[in-house]
Amino acid sequence: MVNLFKMAVRNLLRYRRRTLLTASLITIGVVFVLVFLSVSGSFKAMMIGQITDSMLGHLQIHRQGYVASIDNLPLNLNLKPPEVRKVSEALDGMPGVETYSPRIKFGGMFSNFTETTNIRLNGIIPEREFKTVPLLPSRISEGKKTLVKGEMLLPALLARGMNVKVGDPVVVVATNQDGSVNGKQFIVAGILEGVTGPGGRDGYIHLDDAVETLRMREPEISEIAVRLKDFGRLSDVHNRLSGLLAGEKNPQGKPLFEVHTWEALSPFFNVARMIDVMTFFIKLMLIAIVLISIMNVMIMAVYERVREIGTMAAIGTLPGRILSLFLFEGFCLGILGAVVGCIAGSLLLWILNLSRVTFDFGQQKGLVLAVSLRPEDLLTISVTVILVSVAASLQPAWKASRMEPIEALRHV
Amino acid sequence: MSLITAENLAKDYRTGEVTVHALRGVSFRIEPASFVSFVGPSGSGKTTILNIVGCLDKPSGGSLTVAGTDVTALDMKESARFRGNHIGFIFQDFNLIPVLTVHENVEYPLMMVQNVPERERRERIGTLLEAVGMADQRDKYPDQLSGGQKQRAAIARALVTNPRLVLADEPTANLDSATAYAVIDLMKRMRDERQTTFIFSTHDQKIVGEAEILFWLEDGALREVQEKGGRNHG
Repeated sequence: MVNLFKMAVRNLLRYRRRTLLTASLITIGVVFVLVFLSVSGSFKAMMIGQITDSMLGHLQIHRQGYVASIDNLPLNLNLKPPEVRKVSEALDGMPGVETYSPRIKFGGMFSNFTETTNIRLNGIIPEREFKTVPLLPSRISEGKKTLVKGEMLLPALLARGMNVKVGDPVVVVATNQDGSVNGKQFIVAGILEGVTGPGGRDGYIHLDDAVETLRMREPEISEIAVRLKDFGRLSDVHNRLSGLLAGEKNPQGKPLFEVHTWEALSPFFNVARMIDVMTFFIKLMLIAIVLISIMNVMIMAVYERVREIGTMAAIGTLPGRILSLFLFEGFCLGILGAVVGCIAGSLLLWILNLSRVTFDFGQQKGLVLAVSLRPEDLLTISVTVILVSVAASLQPAWKASRMEPIEALRHV
Repeated sequence: MSLITAENLAKDYRTGEVTVHALRGVSFRIEPASFVSFVGPSGSGKTTILNIVGCLDKPSGGSLTVAGTDVTALDMKESARFRGNHIGFIFQDFNLIPVLTVHENVEYPLMMVQNVPERERRERIGTLLEAVGMADQRDKYPDQLSGGQKQRAAIARALVTNPRLVLADEPTANLDSATAYAVIDLMKRMRDERQTTFIFSTHDQKIVGEAEILFWLEDGALREVQEKGGRNHG
């Protein structure tokens, strides 16, 4: 084995320029994939972070059927206090959960006393909400970054359209669950930018104000947003929480609660998936590069060494050994390309981090691109390149091993 | 018992519609430790006989026993094993493996074909390289050697497995006269020391003069068998 390896390396060194060119091609492919993977991965992680940490939370729990009619903000599908207690107990006992925040969501009419428009409001407990979605305060572009009873955080779109400023009084009129209409006056405490831009009609008020506006006897919660200690365990916590709450049934015997990850709640999940699909195709391109370049170089190697193969076969080398020799050459080329590519790619990403490239995402300006490379990505790419290199050598190696020695020795 | 027994060996090649009869019922016997040459003009069938005896090719008809084995019945893998264990080859163009040193070229059949342990390999290679006068060139690559040195290394490679038979196709064709005689002397000495049978195919009068048995071929048929004492060359 060692001797086959030694011979393979020497054969590669014998055609230095060709080996160098092929290894360079593989290296460039590996570097390209690593950079794309890291940059797109970092962008994706940042984007998901923005969505979950400033708006959605990692998980949300609703009454069964709420999400299907979420655009209507149905008050009759809110969670009653005993149900909220059950969810709270489950969340308090779940080790992966960092914190959670109950919300009352409802639609209403918003007036600046001269004009009226519609608005969506989130009744929150500010301290808990700011812990669950810690980037929320950073979205407050004007005014104070807190919220107390009697105050409202107004979406920028409405504030500009209705010419409302921080400190102005406004009125919210809403219909409660039994159909009666109630109103309440608020002071604008801050202007809230949307996650991806100045759009959005979601304002925030205190949970107690929402209870008062909707004339609820006790808080009836529309959704509970959950923040996890480790985002990487999202799927695990989701499964365990779903399992835990699945036992709670409504009078019809159907599950009472539904648990959704951010993926099921945000259209940005599709963008994230698009990035994954693009990454997959970039990887396919790398495989194609490696496959074609190695196959080409190995076909050439076999063609140029027909007499040598004939000699080896004549001496008594078994076909399997000749096959192994050429597979080893492909293997060594793959290792060379993968190792150099991984080193060069890591170096390039390190330089990229040092140069602190910035970009904007929605209202977030000057975000620093912090690329990182996961060891498992390095390993996956290296193993893929090496396996594809061996696979690409298989056909030429097979051809070499099946050559009739007499024909090979006659070859000019 | 003869080392090689050939009965009515025939070999036909088809080229399109034309069939070429390269061998037409050739029969011969070769005893162990012989120094034999097949001689004849181009196309007479010398190389074809060597290829068939060396299990590199199959006859179209007849029977052939080499070292007690019916080699016509061997498949590709069995042929390779048989060659590796019983036959050494010396080629006109030396055919050393260019990425291996002289030592490694000689080591190749022991290591890659016979799986001989390293210590034994070292001993056998050392002895042989001394015998062929290549001990001081052991670390050189083929492209650093002269034609005569390459052929000496090739002889060492052919003999290192202690084969019963060495087949040499025009082994002196690419060598000057003095080197050719030196190589022939070396092969004869190896025959004497190791009792290895050497079979050549050649037009080279130097080998013809040194061979002890000559098989004269013409148009694929054996015309004459000439046995002689050989001549000493100084």
